[in-house]
Amino acid sequence: MKAHLSRRYHFSASHRLHTDAYDAERNRVVFGKCNHPHGHGHNYTVQVTVSGQVDPATGMVCNLAELDAFAQAHVVERFDHTNLNTLECFRHTVSTTENLSVEIYRIFQSFTAAHLERVHVEETSNNSFDFAGDAQMMAGTI
Amino acid sequence: MIFLTRKAEFSSAHYYWNEAWSPEENQRVFGKCANRNGHGHNYTLEVTVAGEIDPTSGFVVDLKELKEILDREVVSVYDHRHLNLEVPEFKSAIPTTENIAIAIWGRLENKIPHAKLHRVRIYEMPDLFADYYGEV
Repeated sequence: MKAHLSRRYHFSASHRLHTDAYDAERNRVVFGKCNHPHGHGHNYTVQVTVSGQVDPATGMVCNLAELDAFAQAHVVERFDHTNLNTLECFRHTVSTTENLSVEIYRIFQSFTAAHLERVHVEETSNNSFDFAGDAQMMAGTI
Repeated sequence: MIFLTRKAEFSSAHYYWNEAWSPEENQRVFGKCANRNGHGHNYTLEVTVAGEIDPTSGFVVDLKELKEILDREVVSVYDHRHLNLEVPEFKSAIPTTENIAIAIWGRLENKIPHAKLHRVRIYEMPDLFADYYGEV
């Protein structure tokens, strides 16, 4: 039987929303306080959902310890207590949580023990973003 | 079609153990969950049903009735019990979060009048939950 398993992970990071494609005034107008020059930070929560057949021997979609180890090594360690804007993945894109969700989805695609359904990223308790892949992404164009 | 979700809570003990495996293999796969003295969680159950709104009552289902069904079929059986030792479906299935979701689906399917069971979501803790949609 096919079940979905979701697990939440936490990290804290700073960022600043800014694009070189806009002048300073337009950056201020579009990004508001998120464009303040020295950045600001959030406690992010990543909720990843994977699915698959429940293995009768283990009762599991996948081994949670493996998922935790993957998330710790490739997501938490990578983003926790960093400035997102300094990371390679945000060199050419704005460090919005939309773009962060896409990056985290891309990372979890390398976890092969279960099928990746979606990632849900909470920037604050009032803002959250979901990404479940799309045709372009599947084709490897992102 | 509208979806309605009702929560319920229960607290239970369990452990993970596959009798077909050696103690070493159980320990390797299940880690601290394989401690045969068991451990426990406060589980939160979210049951989502789907249906049409009754034009007279404005309800998809009578919430009081749904609460009684969850209490009777699940909470009264699982709460303050050892899932491996006291709940029949876990004689043959390891009480993982995934299997608990599937078992609760089995307990609720066809028991809810006027609405279709859509999803069983079970939180073992706030950062871990499983969903079952009745899929084979």
